[in-house]
Amino acid sequence: MQAFPKLSEAWEFGINLGKHDETLQSKDEALMLKINNLSVVVNNGEATILSGFNLDVPAGEVHAIMGPNGAGKSTLSYVLTGRDGYDVTEGSVTYRDENLLDMEPEERAVAGLFLSFQYPLEIPGVPTLTFLRTALNAQLRARGQEELSAPDFMKRARSVAKELRIKPDMLKRPLNVGFSGGEKKRMEIFQMLLLEPAFIVMDETDSGLDIDALRVVADGVNALRSPERGMLIITHYQRLLDYIVPNKVHVLAGGKIAVSGDADFARTLEADGYDTYAA
Amino acid sequence: MNADVKIKDSIDRGTVDSVRALEADRYKYGFDSDIDQEFAPKGLNADIVRFISEKKNEPEWLLGLRLQAYERWLEMEEPTWANTDYPEIDFQDMYYYASPVKKEGPKSLDEVDPDILAVYNRLGISLKEQEVLAGVQGAPKVAVDAVFDSVSVVTTFKKELAKQGVIFCSFSEAVQDHPDLVRRYMGSVVPMSDNYYATLNNAVFSDGSFVYIPPGVRCPMELSTYFRMNAQGTGQFERTLIIADKDSYVSYLEGCTAPMRDENQLHAAIVEIVALEGAEVKYSTVQNWWPGDSEGKGGVYNFVTKRADCRGANSKVSWTQVETGSAVTWKYPSCILRGDNSQGEFYSIAITNGCQQADTGTKMIHLGENTRSRIISKGISAGRSNQTYRGLVSSHKKARGARNFTQCDSLLIGDQCGAHTVPYVESNTASTQFEHEATTSRLSDDRLFYCRQRGLSEEDAVALLVNGFCREVLQELPMEFAVEAQNLVAISLEGSVG
Ligand SMILES: Nc1ncnc2c1ncn2[C@@H]1O[C@H](COP(=O)(O)OP(=O)(O)OP(=O)(O)O)[C@@H](O)[C@H]1O
Ligand SMILES: [Mg+2]
Repeated sequence: MQAFPKLSEAWEFGINLGKHDETLQSKDEALMLKINNLSVVVNNGEATILSGFNLDVPAGEVHAIMGPNGAGKSTLSYVLTGRDGYDVTEGSVTYRDENLLDMEPEERAVAGLFLSFQYPLEIPGVPTLTFLRTALNAQLRARGQEELSAPDFMKRARSVAKELRIKPDMLKRPLNVGFSGGEKKRMEIFQMLLLEPAFIVMDETDSGLDIDALRVVADGVNALRSPERGMLIITHYQRLLDYIVPNKVHVLAGGKIAVSGDADFARTLEADGYDTYAA
Repeated sequence: MNADVKIKDSIDRGTVDSVRALEADRYKYGFDSDIDQEFAPKGLNADIVRFISEKKNEPEWLLGLRLQAYERWLEMEEPTWANTDYPEIDFQDMYYYASPVKKEGPKSLDEVDPDILAVYNRLGISLKEQEVLAGVQGAPKVAVDAVFDSVSVVTTFKKELAKQGVIFCSFSEAVQDHPDLVRRYMGSVVPMSDNYYATLNNAVFSDGSFVYIPPGVRCPMELSTYFRMNAQGTGQFERTLIIADKDSYVSYLEGCTAPMRDENQLHAAIVEIVALEGAEVKYSTVQNWWPGDSEGKGGVYNFVTKRADCRGANSKVSWTQVETGSAVTWKYPSCILRGDNSQGEFYSIAITNGCQQADTGTKMIHLGENTRSRIISKGISAGRSNQTYRGLVSSHKKARGARNFTQCDSLLIGDQCGAHTVPYVESNTASTQFEHEATTSRLSDDRLFYCRQRGLSEEDAVALLVNGFCREVLQELPMEFAVEAQNLVAISLEGSVG
């Protein structure tokens, strides 16, 4: 088992130290998401979760974010999507040349940002299909596009459900209510495939999925990979990254990207753990 | 009279289409739009009661009943037990027959509160109809939905009903044309001096609907107050009587989703339903009376007595209500489960926003054996509103095997509103089985965020979540009503967050 290099040596091993912005500066125009020196506090400022956080994701790339429990991975996903209670005290986030932090959560969704929640919410009384049709049409409307008719929507929903091996019965049930952990995750991907977002943040979507489901989900995600799309995949496990091979792997520790590497780096991490990076 | 403007925009599209297919006659304005301008002076005394009765050309027995009610009413006191708070009502400062003093209406829609117009537009109400609803000067006194304003259609509809022997007319007409039925059943469910407002209604009631379904008949269409002709006289003291004879079925819709301004602040209606052996009645209401301005001023007081008597064995009555309007609501649609194996249901959505107050619920009174009742109440309070669910479930000695299930859920939006649950349970037999579940929750920020992450605006997200919360009740509404009710839920909650 290969021992992982100390931070100071990391660079020599071809691993970016989080300050890799400069290297990408030249192709800034291709950047989809640019997070610059971000500081985030929670609990009305009582706790700082992210500080001096930098990350760039160019269009067409898939970046994985790993890191110990409580490092702030979900916090990052919430800041990006605009959840209340996560306050930015410093820094900026640019999404497709727009100031993301100025936008309401639904505006971000309309702009193509999608979060697959680590803990998907239950929506009692609202059938899954009703929820999704409402959401899809809200997005289409906001973009000035034509809404989907009920039959067209049904057709599309059915085909995506089939792809993900989701039973049609499930789509009639209130969204996520009484769904198993894995079913909820699969439903997040179902939503993602239906909404076809431009930028995807997946927060531990693999946790709780059985092996078959993992493959099905990964196939779905891979089908969405395209030169126009960016993805951030938060995960604890190499297994997912075997299916969805990332362009880069980052370790979030101590409130920032502590270290970055290529797809193989994740394997190393899995073997050695995060101890070296924990602040 | 207040109801010179009577709009019902809630209709059963299926019925519209089927009736249209029967006769494609075009619109003509056959209504008598000259309303009798005669009026009685302000205040209430025995002479006013006599005047009303005479105006309506009522038989002696009915006048006697009115006068008797009036005498009793004088001795009664206005109830104060409800969890509501409003200035004292001066009953001598009101008109009981055709108010001559009309507030000056706006001259055009330009003078109407833009908020109200926005709501009309969201409900898809035509400009012409908007004028009527908003009381614009010179607008027609009687309006019906543009798609359904042909007298011939209504006539066709009546013919269709008559073929089956169904009687559906105004209460006043029924008094003239079917006095025996009226006399036999009126007051047999809600006794004359049942409560303060009911007693007042008995003395001064204006008009309302009368329905009789003969034995074994399934009423072929949803009956809606919408179809009633010459309904302008219903007024603030509405009186409705529905009789479902043996093994008959009827579904009756009451109400209007459009917020209607009304110069009469007090509404004290009585609705009585009699279900004979094996009969089934579904009564659905959408109530969206004017709730008043943002300070709650000028809104309608809705003090209504609605009761059904499941008189025959195996009879069934369902009350379904969507209550979003009025400044103060005091309303408990109830079932007396007299017949063995009879069933009563109460499905309710009550939404209060702004400064509205509602004390509403039901009574299920189990008298017969193996009677069953089911209560599903969904209360949503937003703004600075206050809402109370008040429900009674009781069983009498003979009600062996009586069963009730009550589920009473309250949803709070914001932190300035109130929700209260007051269940009364009285069981006089050992073999009853009464279950009561109650929950109170706050609209979840996490769920709101989840919806917004998927692209819904905050208001749409609230509407979706609240509609989800109410789903079990919305499902009980007739299809067309359900869609309108969903929109209404959304509209009623506008401005409740953010
Ligand atoms: N509202 C809050 N108040 C106080 N602390 C909070 C709040 N929200 C998050 N935190 C803390 O912020 C830290 C980061 O949480 P976050 O959920 O982002 O971690 P994570 O990296 O996603 O962890 P995991 O791998 O377990 O999912 C944790 O220590 C958490 O307890
Ligand atoms: Mg997390």
